Amino acid sequence: MSFLMELLIAALIVMGGLFSFVGSFGLLKLPDLMTRLHGPTKATTLGVGGVLGASMLYFLWTEGHLSIHEILISVFLFLTAPVTAHFIAKAHLHQNPDVERSLPPTGREAGWSTYDRRSHHATEPRSSPDGSEQ
Amino acid sequence: MIEHALIFAFFAVSLALIFNLWRLVQGPTLTDRILAVDTMVINVISLIILFGIQERTTMYFEAALLFAMFGFVSTVAYCRFILRGDVIE
Repeated sequence: MSFLMELLIAALIVMGGLFSFVGSFGLLKLPDLMTRLHGPTKATTLGVGGVLGASMLYFLWTEGHLSIHEILISVFLFLTAPVTAHFIAKAHLHQNPDVERSLPPTGREAGWSTYDRRSHHATEPRSSPDGSEQ
Repeated sequence: MIEHALIFAFFAVSLALIFNLWRLVQGPTLTDRILAVDTMVINVISLIILFGIQERTTMYFEAALLFAMFGFVSTVAYCRFILRGDVIE
């Protein structure tokens, strides 16, 4: 039982380190921001999840009581990772208007990068080369 | 066995941090740098928790939680500054 617990904890630690490494390697290696966004937001979240699971099991095993901090950190990270990815993608679309023009139309007045209603009569500034809206 | 796994994980996460630093320096656009900083914060959280396992203390979880919160808030503030030109309107 003790050996199995140790094996499980070690496997979770190795999995966490490996996923962190793979996510950051994807961030370095992939060609475009949209593909680069795909690497860390999934793999690094899984890596931190593995390390947190190992920590939770380790302190449950050595000290005999379940600590709530790891669950708090992992829930916070799982909630905030999609939000940050969404924000970064929107900032990327906002900074590159030609990428936004290559996308299909949204079917609304507002564009892809913003929900601002005023931007429907500001279509001229949004297609300007610097991409700033008035 | 846990000690060897910890050494491997320290090595992997440190290499991941070096990759993130590379992307932060090289990154062609501003959003690449924001993404690199966000990934660096997540890797540092992982490193803090691994150090807590190695030291056999639960004292570092508060530091990890603070890092998670500040990382999220700073990323959202940067992106909001790009999107709106202002953080708090």
